Amino acid sequence: MRPMIKNGVRIDETFAEAFPMRGTALLITGPNKRWARQAAVTMTGFATSVIGCGCEAGIDCEVEARDTPDGRPGVRVLVFAMSSNDLQSQLTNRVGQCVLTSPGSACFADLNAPDSLKVGSLLRYFGDGWQVSKKFGDRHFWRIPVMDGEFFCEATTGMTKAAVGGGNLLICGEDYEKTLRAAEAAIEAMNEVRDAIMPFPGGIVRSGSKVGSKYKTLHASTNDAFCPSLRGLVKTELDADIGCVLEIVIDGLTEAAVASAMRAGLAAIVRLGPRKGARRVSAGNYGGKLGPFHFRLKDLLP
Amino acid sequence: MTLVLTLKTAPPQRLDLSPLLPHLLNGKSAKEIAAIDLATTREKASVGDIFKLRAGSPEEIRFEGGSERFDAVGEGLTQGRVAVAGDVGVNAGRKMAGGELAIFGNAGPYAGSAMAGGKLEITGNAGDFLGAPREGEIHGMSGGLLVVRGNAGRRAGDRVRRGTILIEGDAGDWLASRFIAGTLVVLGRVGASPGYLMRRGTLVLAKPPELDSTFVDCGTFASSFPAVFARFLLPESRAAARLFRSHLRRFGGDMAVLGKGEIFVPA
Repeated sequence: MRPMIKNGVRIDETFAEAFPMRGTALLITGPNKRWARQAAVTMTGFATSVIGCGCEAGIDCEVEARDTPDGRPGVRVLVFAMSSNDLQSQLTNRVGQCVLTSPGSACFADLNAPDSLKVGSLLRYFGDGWQVSKKFGDRHFWRIPVMDGEFFCEATTGMTKAAVGGGNLLICGEDYEKTLRAAEAAIEAMNEVRDAIMPFPGGIVRSGSKVGSKYKTLHASTNDAFCPSLRGLVKTELDADIGCVLEIVIDGLTEAAVASAMRAGLAAIVRLGPRKGARRVSAGNYGGKLGPFHFRLKDLLP
Repeated sequence: MTLVLTLKTAPPQRLDLSPLLPHLLNGKSAKEIAAIDLATTREKASVGDIFKLRAGSPEEIRFEGGSERFDAVGEGLTQGRVAVAGDVGVNAGRKMAGGELAIFGNAGPYAGSAMAGGKLEITGNAGDFLGAPREGEIHGMSGGLLVVRGNAGRRAGDRVRRGTILIEGDAGDWLASRFIAGTLVVLGRVGASPGYLMRRGTLVLAKPPELDSTFVDCGTFASSFPAVFARFLLPESRAAARLFRSHLRRFGGDMAVLGKGEIFVPA
């Protein structure tokens, strides 16, 4: 692979391979910013990868009180899964266990899409007969009596079948400090992009995986080609000047959102330069035969 | 251009104006429209006899001048807009399912009776049984938005099961009698026994009378519901939005029946 060099950072001539997913968005409000955020953080916890968590979820952005339906501070969360059924069950469990339970929360649909998922229309049964249905125009809500007042929840929210999961950047640096600095700079820029989330801890994953394993029961295992400790022992992808690799994975409601996030991340890494940050950026793919979405790094460069 | 029907003189008999709807007049010539019979007695009364016609797209129909004898204006409306500059009689906007009906004047009894969708606005007063079912029907209004800028008569909202009614003036006795579900807001004074035998649904009353003993005090609590509906109602009525944003107290009832309804009043 011939690298391109931008501001001293080597950009691999490769692409990130991504997959179609089902995605949805909710707006969670609370009595103040802290509790709106708490409900959103709890709801999107343990949602880094569909492999082990059932869904991938994260916070898209904070929403000012004047822009939310109930005039309270809000947080927009995105949830992605591989099938509509998976997404429905994850959404029901997560809103039911994490948002309904969070002090003062309310929950609104935040995606216009032809398909829909049930939210309040399933959780209403918690009201034990005292739940109240409220309609206005084409919007439908459920009011569920709870100990601190009422949980106000939209009956359904939109679901898109055009969501894209698995966009990624592999950030390769000289040492740990510089690589993490580059990854953090990328995440900070990518957090500004709407309709996209980076589901791993703080947006960054250190244990990138490959398909398959020597053990029959495992479907995925460590990405040995990018492990610095195995350089020389396995067929490595690392150059002599790389001592650490971190990955950012992106899920978006649209292909364009994933591309925008990757573009923002790349720009931040390039801007930081190799002396303070990353020396090289690559991307993960499976040869291009598994996923229909290909994000070529050279097309996303600033 | 709007189809305009100007009243020539006071109608000689009660008129049935239900044939004059956008979807029924679509494709009809001015001559055909003038021949439509509006009579409710043996005396003939065609559109041409009663009104001076100015041809135009029937997507919007405007009546210049009104009368207490204008019955069934906009009855069965499904699309487009009908406006009356004047008073109307009974059954205005009855069973309408879509579109917009605006009465710039007073309406008789059964305005918005059993309406299922769309928007009905009456700038003056409405008679008794606003949004109610007619004889033998099980449900009243089942959807849409009904706004009365003036006062409403007795039993407004009888047997309503969905939709929103906003009365900016006063309402008579037995407001929302036998209410099944839906939302009804009154900004003015309310007569005796609001919510009489209501099963479910929400009344929000700015100046409630003493409630019947079958309504129990639930006190005050936090909910996003009033704030969300305040935003929905803001384009229709700033005063209604203000009422929803005020501190509200909930009364549950009518305990004489199901008891899952509620009356919100300022705390």
